Amino acid sequence: MTTTAIQHTGSVLREAVILTGRSTRHWRARPVTFSVQLLFPVLIMLLMGGLLGGAIAGTTGDYIVFVVPGVLAFTVLSGIETTITAVTGDAAKTVTDRFRTLPISRGSVLLGRVFADMLTAAVELAVVSAAGLLLGWRPEGGIAAIALTYALLLWLRFGLLWAGVWIGLKAGTPEAATTTQLAIWPVAFLSTVFVDPRTMPSWLGAAAEWNPLSATASAARELLSGGELPGVTAVSDHAVLFALGWPLALTLVFVPLAIRAYRRLS
Amino acid sequence: MDLQANPRGSICARAVRKTYPGREKPSLAGVDLLVDAGRVCALLGANGAGKTTLVRILTTLTGQDSGTVSVNGWDVVRDPARVRASIGVVGQYAALDEVLTARENLELFARLIGLSRAAARSRAAELLEQSGLGEYAGQRVSGFSGGMRRRLDLVTSMITRPAVLLIDEPTTGLDPVARRTIWAAVRSLADHGSTVLLTTQYLEEADELADDVVILREGTVVATGTPSDLKALVGEPRMELREPTLEDVYLHLHTGSTAA
Ligand SMILES: Nc1ncnc2c1ncn2[C@@H]1O[C@H](COP(=O)(O)OP(=O)(O)O)[C@@H](O)[C@H]1O
Ligand SMILES: [Mg+2]
Repeated sequence: MTTTAIQHTGSVLREAVILTGRSTRHWRARPVTFSVQLLFPVLIMLLMGGLLGGAIAGTTGDYIVFVVPGVLAFTVLSGIETTITAVTGDAAKTVTDRFRTLPISRGSVLLGRVFADMLTAAVELAVVSAAGLLLGWRPEGGIAAIALTYALLLWLRFGLLWAGVWIGLKAGTPEAATTTQLAIWPVAFLSTVFVDPRTMPSWLGAAAEWNPLSATASAARELLSGGELPGVTAVSDHAVLFALGWPLALTLVFVPLAIRAYRRLS
Repeated sequence: MDLQANPRGSICARAVRKTYPGREKPSLAGVDLLVDAGRVCALLGANGAGKTTLVRILTTLTGQDSGTVSVNGWDVVRDPARVRASIGVVGQYAALDEVLTARENLELFARLIGLSRAAARSRAAELLEQSGLGEYAGQRVSGFSGGMRRRLDLVTSMITRPAVLLIDEPTTGLDPVARRTIWAAVRSLADHGSTVLLTTQYLEEADELADDVVILREGTVVATGTPSDLKALVGEPRMELREPTLEDVYLHLHTGSTAA
């Protein structure tokens, strides 16, 4: 019984790793698409810095220091599109059906998606961080704080990717990815990602701080600057706690929903 | 157990009913189907007859509302994993990764079912050879024609060396030349001893490939028999002088001979 369970876990992992390899092959097969995807958050960072930097933070340089943690969080949010595109693409090409008729473990397709998307997220975050460093951003607060920041960012990606899998399975068509893309912007702007909530009307600032994305952005900002940052609500006093809690809530809601949707596909 | 005498390699469906949620009319209204090991059975029916629904039930993709279904001796509801281990599935659309090359596709699926890297490579080479796509092995599937995709899809389904092969409308949308290539491919799979259930809208295709024909209409089996049984049902063959069809002309141009 135990041996079977171990064998099963072994094969799930093995299959998930093979499926992750499939995703990295996609990157290699489409280097231009992948580069555009990686550079998109950097472009947003440059645009925001150029357009809003002076107005929001006095100088563009100060704004870069402010916005890099926010753009890291934004990168994590926009990654949900990658997940949805991959899931709906496989459904449309009936590749999902092929997987579901192969003698493989039930969980490996979803786990492979998790591995591939977490790996993509790590690469995306590295690219944004490198661009930030080039523009003069310097993380402070020590190794432990930096490690915790990236862990929190990936934790949010983990929660969001299950939402992405569920949306992708439910929507089924690649067009759904486009719709979600539209939803990403309001969520990003109604947060503390690009703009300090203290500069917003108080009700808007409060709403922005309750945005799950803000929790991670604020936590990253605090951890990477090595000090408390004032906000407008109690949320900002416990940014790290919320950055742990929101993704946990997403995970608890969307993991069962996604698994159920996958099982009930027909 | 509650299985037929010799279930190995056979397909058995009894009183299968399926109504999709939100639909009034059943898509399958009590279908019986028996395909003995090593036989090629054509499930013939017009668009909407219920062919795909039955194939999806046989391949564990969709659950039936009632009735029992077993493939290779395994019940699709109680033993889906064992069913999957014994079937090859070719859906109505080629289920391939468009971004990957033909070889990468085959290696991916071969690795997934547990082959080592080296074994996957040689299995892929073998199947590419069998599909006649060897020279396109390194090309992306996105550049493939419909017929090439179908051929690759067919051999991909053979990766598990299945005892039972289920093929949904293998030639719909293909030109007559590509259609004949697929027919040859299906026949060679059948010659290797696999049991084959294929669905089709074309009487001609059923006649060409099948030992047995089952005609499905609006979710009900309306006739079963060998192709000649069914032709006899229609009446004595009549000698008929007919104008060549466009298909005859097309075949003539491609093969340089007069098609039968
Ligand atoms: N997923 C589905 N949801 C609702 N109705 C469906 C679904 N799939 C098929 N049907 C309906 O079931 C009937 C049989 O369809 P199908 O099995 O696809 O037939 P065929 O493959 O012979 O063309 C049709 O009336 C079709 O509209
Ligand atoms: Mg069909």
